[in-house]
Parts: sequence; C-alpha cells; structure tokens
Amino acid sequence: MEHLFEYVLRIGDDSLILGQRLAEWCGHGPILEEDIAMTNISLDLIGQATTLLEYAAKIEGKGKNADQLAFLRFDKDYRNLLLVEQPNGDFGMTMMRQFFFDAFRKPFFEALQHSKDEQLSAIAEKSLKETRYHLKHSSEWVIRLGDGTEESHQRIQESLDALYRYTDELFYSDEVQKAMESAGIAPKMDDVRTEWNKTVDYVLNEATLKIPDNQWKFEGGRRGMHSEHLGYILADMQYMQRAYPGLEW
Amino acid sequence: MVNESVIWNYLAEVADPEIPVLTILDLGIVRKVFIEGDHVQVTITPTYSGCPAMKLIEDEIIAKLREYKIDNVDVDLVLSPAWSTDWISEEGRDKLREYGIAPPEDEVDKSVLFSEPTVVPCPKCQSRNTRMISLFGSTACKAQYQCNECLEPFDYFKCLK
Repeated sequence: MEHLFEYVLRIGDDSLILGQRLAEWCGHGPILEEDIAMTNISLDLIGQATTLLEYAAKIEGKGKNADQLAFLRFDKDYRNLLLVEQPNGDFGMTMMRQFFFDAFRKPFFEALQHSKDEQLSAIAEKSLKETRYHLKHSSEWVIRLGDGTEESHQRIQESLDALYRYTDELFYSDEVQKAMESAGIAPKMDDVRTEWNKTVDYVLNEATLKIPDNQWKFEGGRRGMHSEHLGYILADMQYMQRAYPGLEW
Repeated sequence: MVNESVIWNYLAEVADPEIPVLTILDLGIVRKVFIEGDHVQVTITPTYSGCPAMKLIEDEIIAKLREYKIDNVDVDLVLSPAWSTDWISEEGRDKLREYGIAPPEDEVDKSVLFSEPTVVPCPKCQSRNTRMISLFGSTACKAQYQCNECLEPFDYFKCLK
C-alpha cells in the first residue's frame, strides 16, 4: 500500500506542478490563442492531479483530501520530476519542456490503461485523450520554432540543451517502480522509453534540432530532492492555504 | 413514488452551465440513476479531467431534484468508460449548431503533426471553407475556427474519442 501511495503521488505531482507552471502563462502568452492553449492544458493537468491526489489520499488513509495533499506538504514530500518544475523561460523553453513531457505521457497513459489497478486505469483512459492533443500542440511548436528562423532555431536549441539533462528521470526506476511493475500496476519503463525515443527522434529531426553531446543526467525529484525552483512554486501555490487554513472557494 | 424514468425526465431540465442550450442529457454525461427507498443516486462523468463545471452540475442536479421535493440525493463521479463526443445526442448536435457552435465532426484529429485540420462547416452559413485558428478554445472542450466565406469566428466542439 505504501508503494502504491508513493506511486500515485508521483504521477499526481507531475500533473500538479506542470499545471501550476503553465498557469503562470495566464495573461502573459505571446498571442491570445497560445495563452488560451497553455491554460487549457494547465486545466487538464490540474484536473488529472485532482483525481490522482484524491486517490492518493484515499490510499494513505489518514483522512486527508486532495487539497491537503496539494497545498500542505513541504517541498521534500513532493515527488514530481525535476523537468516539470523548471522555470518557463521563453515560450520556446516552455514548449520544449512540454514536448519532452507529453512525448512521455502519451505512451505512459497508453500502457497505464492496462494497469491492474482499476482507478489508475480509468484515470489513464480519461487523460490519454487529452494528452494526445497536448502532444500534437507541443510537437508542432518544437518543429515550427526549430525549423523556423535563425533566431528561433538557436533559442529553442538552447532550451533543448538546458532541458535534456532532466529527461532521463522520466524513466526513473527504484524499489517503488519495480514493485509496481511486478504487481502489474505500473507500465514497464523500458517500453515507455522506447516509444519516447521514437517520438523525440522524429520530432527533433523534423525540427532540425540536435540532442546535446553532454549527456549529464539529473535526478532527484522522485526522491523529494528538488531544484531550488520548487520552493518558489510552492510559495505561490500554498500561500492562500497557509494564510487562511481550510479556505474554500 | 419516484421511479427512474421520472428522475431522468427531471434531469432533462438541467442545463450545462457552459453551454446552456444543451441539457446534461444531450451532453451524455449522466451515466446512471439508481433508486433505493427514498435515496436517489445519480452518476455523472466529466467531459475533460479538469472541467470546472462538474461541481456546478452536481449542485444543479441536487437543486433541480429538490424543486420536485426529492431531497435525499447523492451525485457521484465515474471516469470509466471515459466520456467521448459520441455520447452527445443527435438533438444535442442540432441545438449546438443553432446556438452557433459547430458540433463535433466524426473524426478525431489522430494524426501526429501539421496534418490538415478537420473540416468543420460554419454553423452560420454552412460553408465548408473554414479554417482552424487554434486547437484550444474558450473551454477545454472547444477549438477556435473561422469561416472564410462569412468571416464568422466560431467555436468548434472538438471531437474526443
């Protein structure tokens, strides 16, 4: 049960933190349509996070609800990937981060649909439909910017170079992951990685972008060891609940 | 004594908060009505994971049934099988069109990249000469289009399968 709680938290926190990051674009998008697109995707992610964290709270069995998990944990209790907490940067940086994540989430949810855990399988079935739209959107922007002007190419290549080091963590494997895989609850990460590689190779090739030579890899998020950026996100996110405990809309 | 068909009739009076021309039955989000004694259980399913209207719909179902003196009501949410635009009724599709929202075309944009977007006829002038402005629109379930003939910008209820 402890492994399952931890596992659901990982998926839920990825959605929560990336949803929060994308919401930062609200009112700041480069054009109105993209402002709306990013906040729509944010909404899908926050919706997924709500269901996942509700489920996690139920598994934990300490009488908490999704909001308490989302807003009242300390940074080291969050299990999201380092990738999703990285700052938005420019629009290209946000699209690159989104693309790496969407390219992972699609095969991940496809496989999670067949999870032996009924609730996870239902969440995957629902979320997959949305994720397909997200991936199409981010892939098209990566190609458009990569294969665009000299400046857009250079800038998104820099974003790729800055973010690539966080992508290995998408396939993080430890005791929890292995236990969930052998219980038939979690997808096999090797299979998900194969699919991710295919999408990334195809899109980066179309975008005339290159994977950096420097293959330095970062991990830590799954163990609660985060970059400095998470603290700032949480300060923003948790302010209301800390200042007015139990506040509801 | 209430029976299930009476409850379904009452539910047909609950409008979707975002698209008030549609009832929640037109939208196909009511999955089940279950009565045990004087307790009524209504099961609904979200269109999108983050649809902010779900809580409001729940409240409106309870309020509607209360109008008919049915007070012991619970609304619960199921995710599977996941809602798809196939569940929107024929009548619902006509209502959408009249309201100025193009109903979902029967093809999901499955293609990966830069494919020709779905051809969506203009709900005002029926021209098929329209263009997609953005895959994402005013709510999670819509995309933005514009008609090249009559120039009307319009919402498209995008296909979800």
